[in-house]
Formats: sequence, structure tokens, C-alpha cells
Amino acid sequence: MATSMISKNREQAFMSNLTPDWLKTELTTGTTIAAVEFDGGVVIGADSRTTSGAYIANRVTDKLTKITDKIYCCRSGSAADTQAVADVVKYQLNFYQMEMGEEPLVQTAAHTFKELCYDHRDNISAGIIVAGWDKKEGGQVFAVPLGGMVIRQPFAIGGSGSTYLYGYVDSQFKKNMTKEECLPFVANALSLAMNRDGSSGGIIRLAAITKDGVERVNLTGNQLPKFYEDH
Amino acid sequence: MASTVAVELPHGGFSFDNCKRNALLEDKGFKAPKAYKTGTTIAGIIFKDGVVLGADTRATEDTVVADKNCEKIHYISSNIYCCGAGTAADTEMTTQMIASKLELHRLETSRKPRVCTANRLLKQMLYRYHGYISAALVLGGVDSTGPHLYSVWPHGSTDKLPYVTMGSGSLAAMAVFEDRFKPEMEREEAMKLVQDAIRAGIFNDLGSGSNVDLCIITKDKTDYLRTYQEANLKGVRQGTYRYKRGTSAVLKTEVKKIVLEVIDTQVKPQAMDTD
Repeated sequence: MATSMISKNREQAFMSNLTPDWLKTELTTGTTIAAVEFDGGVVIGADSRTTSGAYIANRVTDKLTKITDKIYCCRSGSAADTQAVADVVKYQLNFYQMEMGEEPLVQTAAHTFKELCYDHRDNISAGIIVAGWDKKEGGQVFAVPLGGMVIRQPFAIGGSGSTYLYGYVDSQFKKNMTKEECLPFVANALSLAMNRDGSSGGIIRLAAITKDGVERVNLTGNQLPKFYEDH
Repeated sequence: MASTVAVELPHGGFSFDNCKRNALLEDKGFKAPKAYKTGTTIAGIIFKDGVVLGADTRATEDTVVADKNCEKIHYISSNIYCCGAGTAADTEMTTQMIASKLELHRLETSRKPRVCTANRLLKQMLYRYHGYISAALVLGGVDSTGPHLYSVWPHGSTDKLPYVTMGSGSLAAMAVFEDRFKPEMEREEAMKLVQDAIRAGIFNDLGSGSNVDLCIITKDKTDYLRTYQEANLKGVRQGTYRYKRGTSAVLKTEVKKIVLEVIDTQVKPQAMDTD
């Protein structure tokens, strides 16, 4: 009897080795995302890591997801949830655009996200930053955090890596920055978070959205901003 | 107008009564039956003219190898195939369902199905089931817009990448890809790379084994190479263990007649008892 118990336990241990945790756990974009408003548009950025337990399922993820031509969202939380929500909002705003004959406002997009995230707040984990440009208000950033709140902010950070960033962004953010000042602000913030947060990493993806459209930049390997460790 | 005193009609839907019972039974030590899972290595890459998909052929049930030569590369349409890891029944039924939907869509639109359509159908179905359908897929194909490759996770998230691996052997296979993948490879080079990635899974992951299956999809041709390589050939016995005739000496020979008692019985036909 005793031996059979031991072999049973051993078998279970063996089986749990056969199916590692990362196969069963949900994919999460343990993430760092950021967005800043500037006069005439927004700059958004994200790292590129998607993890499943301890395994990096995708090291070049694009977490800056297009919703309309001039509205993007930064996704954090469950990959499946945020992809599904973004797909639904993209569909609804595309429909809205066809019916109204004009591009939706960023505020409309943010509230469409909120509607889904708030209604299903007990069942989904999605922390989203909605950012873009519209002709009424110009560049805008809206944060839609975990519980489904929606709030406009001059800049927003999100994801697991953002906890390392509050001090940095509060000390470095200045009002009325230009696009050229916003890009390194976001890139530096992301690089700092990627160095401290194990669930963030890979490359930095940036995008500047203005009335003229979207300008995308990727920072890979040696292009990542460096800090004290290299002096 | 609706009356407030109206009797509430019984409504349809699921009954979760058995969930409580099952939880109780499990608390008391009852082991619920386990699903048939395929510890698997599946992989795919994009090369110059299309995609190469690969899979091992071992199916496991706990620690037992249930099938030594199963098919893990499933048909979606003539220009799209899909490798499946996870619960065998789930991957089989999911791919069949999407294949059926795409075929109807093809008939309705008179166009070859696109890979992004298959991807969208798969992710929306898996998302609806919150990860309870254990299907981790590698979806690849060539359509009017070129070659495409996706990995689809059980919870319904997808990634679009030039090279992907899935299943318990995915780490071994990914290690091979990370070392040797380069864009715009030739067909033979791509096939060799996928074959080696699957072999890495077969030899280094206990859940994977047996043979390598490949599927090469290009613009105007799909080659499904079942048992592309028999990775585990059975060894050939070098010598024979049979004794040569005459090894044992014959000391004595005796022939005896067996006396048989023969009994002759006749069976007469009888009427069937129909009372």
C-alpha cells in the first residue's frame, strides 16, 4: 500500500513535469505601456513581451493596437481578453464611422472600451490606455484601468512595469512638451521599467499620432535608452 | 402589459447542479476521468514561397504512449493547414468545425479562404469557451495576400509571427528556430529546419516522440508529407539466437502407435421448441 502511494505521488509529480505551468496558464501581457499628450497629438509606447508563466510566448508582440486610423490602444493584462475587447471596439467604431460618415472622437473610443471593461469587470483582466487624435479636442489620452473606470489624463502609464515608473514620470513630465520631447520621455520610461520588471522586455514600440496620421518607431537592442549601469 | 403577478416561466439554460456534486465527490477522494492529451511538438515557419508546418506523432494518455503514429497536422482548406496540441479531441473537433465553416464561406464567396479568416474564427471560438477547449494551435497557409503563420492559444489570444512552436516540446523546437531561422529561406532549407525543430522535441521532450510529419504549403501546391522522417527506427538484430539443427544429439528414436477409440454418433434433426 505504502509503495503504491509513493508511486502514485511520483507519477503525479512526473505528470506535472510533463505539462509545465506555462502551458496551462493564460497568456498575459505582463507589460509596460505609456502614453503622453502633446500639442497636436499623442505619443504612445509599449514593450514587446508576452509571457505565459515563466515562458516568453512572444518577444516581439505589438501591444499598440489600431482601432481607427487615428485612435490606438495600448493593451495590458490578459492577451486573450484585450485582443477580444480591442476587436469588438474596432468593429463597433468602424460601424459608427460608416453610419456617421466621420471619424469617431477619442472620447467615444475610450467610452466604448469602458462599456465592455466595466460591464465584464468581474470576468476579464484588461488594463487599457486609449490614445489618439480627433478634430474636436486634438491629441488625447484616456486610461481605462482594471475596474473599468475611464479618465482623461495628460499622460498615462500602465501594466506591471508601471509600478517602477511613477517616480520617474512625475519628476520628468513637463507641460507643453513637443513631440520630439515626448518620444524620449516615453522611451526612457519604458526602458527603465523593462530593466526592473521581469515581465516586461524585448523591444520598445513607439507611435506618434497626429492629424496627419501615425508615425511608428521601433527601438531594438542597442537602440534602447541606457542609464547608470553603462557608465 | 406585463402583470406583476404573472407566474414566472421556467427558463432554459445550463444546470450546474452536478458541479457541486462533482466537487463533493472529488473532496471525498474520487478521481475524475482524465482527457486524452497529446504531449506534443508542433512548429511552423514562413519561407520564401510559403509555409512549412511540422509535428511529431506521439499521443499520450498519462504516462502511456496511446498512439505511436497519430496525425497532428489537420486540414482546414486546400491552402490552409493547422497543427494541434492539447486535448486530442478538442484539437480535432475545433479544426473540423472551422474547416467546415470555411468551406461554406468559400462556396458562398467563390474565393479561396484567407488565413486571417481561419485565425479569426478560431480565436473567437476559443475565446467563447474561456480556455476550457484545450487547443493550442499553429495555423499556417498561403492566400491571395501571401504566406501567413499564426499561433493560437487556448484562451483565444493569437500571435502572427514568422516562426512559431507549440506544445510541451515547444521550448526545444523554439531553441532550434532561434538559432537557425532566417527570413526568405529556400524550400529545402526550411524543411530541414522544421524537421530538426520537431526532432529536438521528439528527443528532448518526454511528451513527444515517434515520427516527423511535414506539410509544405505554397501558392499553387500543398504537399502533405506524412511520416516525412521516421525519427525512431527500430534497430536490426545483428545475430540470430536460434540453435542450428543438430545442436542437440539424438540419443534414441522410438515410434509408437496411438490407439484411438472411435465413437460413431448420429444426430437426428429435431423440431424447434416453440411453446
